[in-house]
Amino acid sequence: MNETTQTFLIRTLDDLEEAGQAGRRRLYPGRVKIKVGVGTCGIAAGASELYRALIREVREKGLDVEVAATACIGLCQREPLVDVQVPGRSRVLYGDVAADQAAPLLEAACRGEIFGGHAIARTDADEEILTDTRHVLASKAAVDGVVPFGNVPLFSSQLRIAMRNCGIIDSDSIEEYIARGGYLALLNALTKYQPDAIIQMVTDSGLRGRGGGGFPTGRKWASCRKAPGDPRYVICNADEGDPGAYMDRGILEGDPHSVLEGMMIGAYAIGSSEGFVYVREEYPLARQKLATAIKVAEQCGLMGDDIFGTGFNFRVRIARGGGAFVCGESTALMASVEGRVGEPRAKHIHTVESGLWDKPTTLNNVETWANVPVIIERGPQWFASIGSQGSKGTKVFSLVGKIKNTGLVEVPMGITLRKIIYDIGGGIADDKQFKAVQTGGPSGGCIPAEHLDLEVDFDRLTEVGSMMGSGGMIVMDEDSCMVDVARYFLDFLRYESCGKCTPCREGNQRMFELLDKICNGHATEADLQLLQDIADTVKTTSLCALGKSAPNPVLSTIRYFRNEYEAHIRDKRCPAGVCKALVKYSINSALCICCGRCARECPVKCITGQTGKPPAKATKKDKEEGKVGVPYVIDQAACVKCATCFEVCPVGAVKRT
Amino acid sequence: MPVIEADLAVATADQIIDGYGAERSSLIHVMQDIQQELSYLPRESLRRVSERLEVPLAEVLRVATFYAAFSLTPRGRHLITVCMGTACHVRGAPRILDALVRELGLGDGHETTDDMKFTVKSVRCIGCCGLAPVINIDGKAYGRLTAHRVPQILREYE
Repeated sequence: MNETTQTFLIRTLDDLEEAGQAGRRRLYPGRVKIKVGVGTCGIAAGASELYRALIREVREKGLDVEVAATACIGLCQREPLVDVQVPGRSRVLYGDVAADQAAPLLEAACRGEIFGGHAIARTDADEEILTDTRHVLASKAAVDGVVPFGNVPLFSSQLRIAMRNCGIIDSDSIEEYIARGGYLALLNALTKYQPDAIIQMVTDSGLRGRGGGGFPTGRKWASCRKAPGDPRYVICNADEGDPGAYMDRGILEGDPHSVLEGMMIGAYAIGSSEGFVYVREEYPLARQKLATAIKVAEQCGLMGDDIFGTGFNFRVRIARGGGAFVCGESTALMASVEGRVGEPRAKHIHTVESGLWDKPTTLNNVETWANVPVIIERGPQWFASIGSQGSKGTKVFSLVGKIKNTGLVEVPMGITLRKIIYDIGGGIADDKQFKAVQTGGPSGGCIPAEHLDLEVDFDRLTEVGSMMGSGGMIVMDEDSCMVDVARYFLDFLRYESCGKCTPCREGNQRMFELLDKICNGHATEADLQLLQDIADTVKTTSLCALGKSAPNPVLSTIRYFRNEYEAHIRDKRCPAGVCKALVKYSINSALCICCGRCARECPVKCITGQTGKPPAKATKKDKEEGKVGVPYVIDQAACVKCATCFEVCPVGAVKRT
Repeated sequence: MPVIEADLAVATADQIIDGYGAERSSLIHVMQDIQQELSYLPRESLRRVSERLEVPLAEVLRVATFYAAFSLTPRGRHLITVCMGTACHVRGAPRILDALVRELGLGDGHETTDDMKFTVKSVRCIGCCGLAPVINIDGKAYGRLTAHRVPQILREYE
């Protein structure tokens, strides 16, 4: 969104430093700078309108202010987010800024004042994780009344390695990326280390695949390097299919160069000069940001032939997904890149030996690649010092669902669920009761309150019947029905099963039918047993990870929430009030204020009554003047249970039982 | 978008294939571009793709029906995608979809209104989970929705 990026030809360390200086001038222009988070989330909340309004105001009033775009800042709950930087002062993050507040925001910024009511936190110094330096913005706290980031648990519990630049730089600017230490790791990798030494560093760091499986990245690279064959490929898996997860979108929109740099280091390590990024159909902005990054890197000579004059060549292409979940599986993804139907194959021979077009291929996820430059620059020991026994470094989670602070959070592995949900997430929305947190997408499970002190890493999550997956963390409260959640995932999986193997194709369909029967109140105890038997069979006999893990949502909910299944089966009751066939909406006539809102909003016009003073409060005069209303009543036979009345009633007179 | 004439369907396919080169591996890219251009995959386009890329028509159709992003029938002027991701689901996405289906008089698996104004499609997750539940109309996202806001949003579209 910024003016045209000036192109530098970058061949040496000096060139890199020069580009970095240009980047620093953009990051810290010596005048007021306002950054708007215009990632997908921000745009959905109106950030584009705000960005345009700011630019218009600055132009019309001739203000000495720079307006810039950045991507996801991470705290989606408060979108649109704005970051204001006044020279010599702390940087301040504001939330919930609407387009019509552009003028007062600018006025406050130009006077060096705080824009009242919207400030979230302030930063006194920018941390640069790659170079391990701090860029001090304000010598002493130069902003009154705004808490520092370090005092807000939401931020202080986080450590941003993969998302080091997200929300800080303009992702279209390679100079800003370089200013924060970008591409130095590539230069050092190519000029100071042999490929085997790079692989050793990644192995020593303990980095495990962030896409779900958690396979040791160094071991994968080492096998691929040893495998015979030419050409060889590196692939970035950006087919982030788990519903409820958007870490990879955040990184691709916010810092695409970190992924490209990681891929190039990986390509050098395994002896490849060609790569693909497989981006899912539903992420148009991420694709666009990535395409720009590739183009700019090529123009600068950081991608193409003879990179840094070392003889290393690398090119990368974007492959667009077609909206198939199974393509997140490595062999299916490769089939899709080849232009075929995305069906997985049995992995007797691993893709590191025979992958894309039957050539040795290293595939890693977006977040995994983004970690690689940091491991090279800060060293494997530093990386391995973060995290838990078996899971090193950090993990980005998309903390969503019934939680106060929704957003992307990056935390050291081994942090407890309680800390993520209550300290960072701020607890459950509307102060309801926590019921479960769902991790691992359709392959994962629901973890109940008794495991809130679980230390989150690859192994602990598997132990409680869920998995890390790509990092979706969907918080559910007392209003979420666990049987409905299991049905939701099986509905997802029966459609997304590619159909190649029978257990997955048929098993998921049958499990869905049984869950649907339970949700509709038609099931018996025998159905529950049958459900478990099918789940065990599908788990043991499916071809790929999709099928093998498909029963997890069923098994984990039965394990922890058996009482909810039993309520549906025995009592024909949905305790959470979600399963339509088992709930009923009615209006408490004693509470009804006869406002008529429910009847007006009802899509099927099944609510009758009359507006006026509620009979209980009506005076004699009201009665004489005929101003008394009639409390509203729902016609149960016509009700479609859409819950509109329940949502719109201003006094909570609509009951759900 | 109405049904595409056969000539246009073939010409569009040709033009797009010329851009990629008639290679087997560009099959999905070619089909994605045709769909972007014509809003769906007309049969004549697919026949042309099959001939030029030397891929059997059955295989082309297999790919076209495997990936959820492809449509073999014409779509309405406005495409509404309803996110059915987990975060949206627990925050009431099914009720949003119900409201759309009801407001637009869809049902029995129909995705497109008779007047070809709207096509409603549910998608797995558009990655906007922080603002759940979310729908997207022609690229514009609407977050933190409730079912009763649906009629008002539909009125924004002609």
